[in-house]
Amino acid sequence: MREITIPISDETVRSLKVGEPVALTGVMMTGRDAVHKWMIDTFIKQTRQPQGDDLEVYAAIKPLLEHGVIYHCGPVVAGLDTKEYKFVAAGPTTSIREEPYQADVMRHFDARGVIGKGGMGPKTLAGCQEVPFVYFHAIGGAASYIAQSVQKVLGVHKLDFGVPEAMWVIEVKEFPVVVTMDSHGGSQHAMIDEKSRKVFEELLAKS
Amino acid sequence: MRDLTNEILELIRRTSTDLPHDVETRLREAVGKEEPGSAARGALETILKNIELSRKNSTPLCQDTGTPIFYVHYPEGMSTRALKKQIREAMAEATKRSYMRPNAVDAIYDKNSGNNLGGDEFPYIHFEEVDAGQPLTIELMLKGGGCENVGAQYSLPNSQLGAGRDLKGVRKVVLDAVQKAQGQGCAPGILGVSIGGDRGSSYYASKEVLFSKMGTRSEDPNLAELEERLTGEANQMGIGPMGFGGQTTVLDTKITGLHRLPASYFVSVSYMCWAYRRRKMTVEGEEVVYD
Ligand code: SF4
Repeated sequence: MREITIPISDETVRSLKVGEPVALTGVMMTGRDAVHKWMIDTFIKQTRQPQGDDLEVYAAIKPLLEHGVIYHCGPVVAGLDTKEYKFVAAGPTTSIREEPYQADVMRHFDARGVIGKGGMGPKTLAGCQEVPFVYFHAIGGAASYIAQSVQKVLGVHKLDFGVPEAMWVIEVKEFPVVVTMDSHGGSQHAMIDEKSRKVFEELLAKS
Repeated sequence: MRDLTNEILELIRRTSTDLPHDVETRLREAVGKEEPGSAARGALETILKNIELSRKNSTPLCQDTGTPIFYVHYPEGMSTRALKKQIREAMAEATKRSYMRPNAVDAIYDKNSGNNLGGDEFPYIHFEEVDAGQPLTIELMLKGGGCENVGAQYSLPNSQLGAGRDLKGVRKVVLDAVQKAQGQGCAPGILGVSIGGDRGSSYYASKEVLFSKMGTRSEDPNLAELEERLTGEANQMGIGPMGFGGQTTVLDTKITGLHRLPASYFVSVSYMCWAYRRRKMTVEGEEVVYD
């Protein structure tokens, strides 16, 4: 399996093609619905004034996301009382909910990868080509295994969003994923959908 | 009646953290069918490692611990009220011990109850009385949300698919459901299909068939044949594990028939993800056996 370290260079991003299994190593950040909305409203469309620690958090995550990776994940975390955090279960969550935001978030932060499950739509795919970045598909349900590839929890921002919705900064080692949307307009999801539809139509014609 | 809260807690722990042997065996068989180095093979290998790790550490197989569905067969004379109370207490305790993720969210006010208890329907418990001399059995299935979202119900005839009110029509709509689901239900999946009933009973029955073991065929030879055929044809579509493409999309298909009104002909498809979590406990006198 090809090993890739985060931060990811443009050259590496451009060399990744759909269908390729990859092992990721380095520092990444989790973010799902609340985080994407917060980024868009406060810093990208700026429809909401920064409040509380917004600016501090922004300053902290900005360098992390530059050529970095966002993981669509709502983890189960142990050690909440002692702050000695440990990921217990950390499988991917369905990505398509971030479709309206993803490309803008990636462009703004100049990030190079997003991890999730189920794939994303045309707006994100266009963003993949332009920014550039790729979509990595993690293995749905492999919660214990993925949690084990999380070596360390380096910190957390916006814990007030709730444990699954907060931004967890994690150090991962050989996190297993597959490239399913690349920076050349390739989408495994669209491809498989089309191929399977053809077979389905042939099957329908049989009795 | 003896208190079984701890024994039920153990049933929940096993169900959430230890995948049944017959399911794991099927997944192991599937690995060999995929090309070495392919994404599909990698996905199955990761799933198998995850299964081993969860069993060893007693951690949930998947962070979505699903809708808990209990089927209880109790001997005549036993109190179902007492059983229900014990099941609910065990569920709250299992959540505290992180065998279950807090998974019951009030749909109107968006509030998570925090303990997997919500109203009268969460967890779902179905009671069935058996003869006084028979043992008490409690079966539990955990049905994930991602795969539940790709389940489908069809009202036949369906002109778009050219599906009439017969088994040929059933075949067409089930294949349609598999094609539409792609990898979203965490394929490879297991299909529970029910034909007939009303909309409600039809969906329940499509889950109930999922309690049977892998490879169990319907006693009705026509349905048994359709089960085999659907599994084969679903796999021809090449959707593969996680939708990465590959040989294995569906591990097994189970079909049941119900009576229907002359006016309706429903076909319900429940898609079960690879994390096919179901366990059974049998209580005979002092002895409790887990399958
Ligand atoms: S569909 Fe199943 S394996 Fe996938 S995330 Fe949901 S519960 Fe887990």
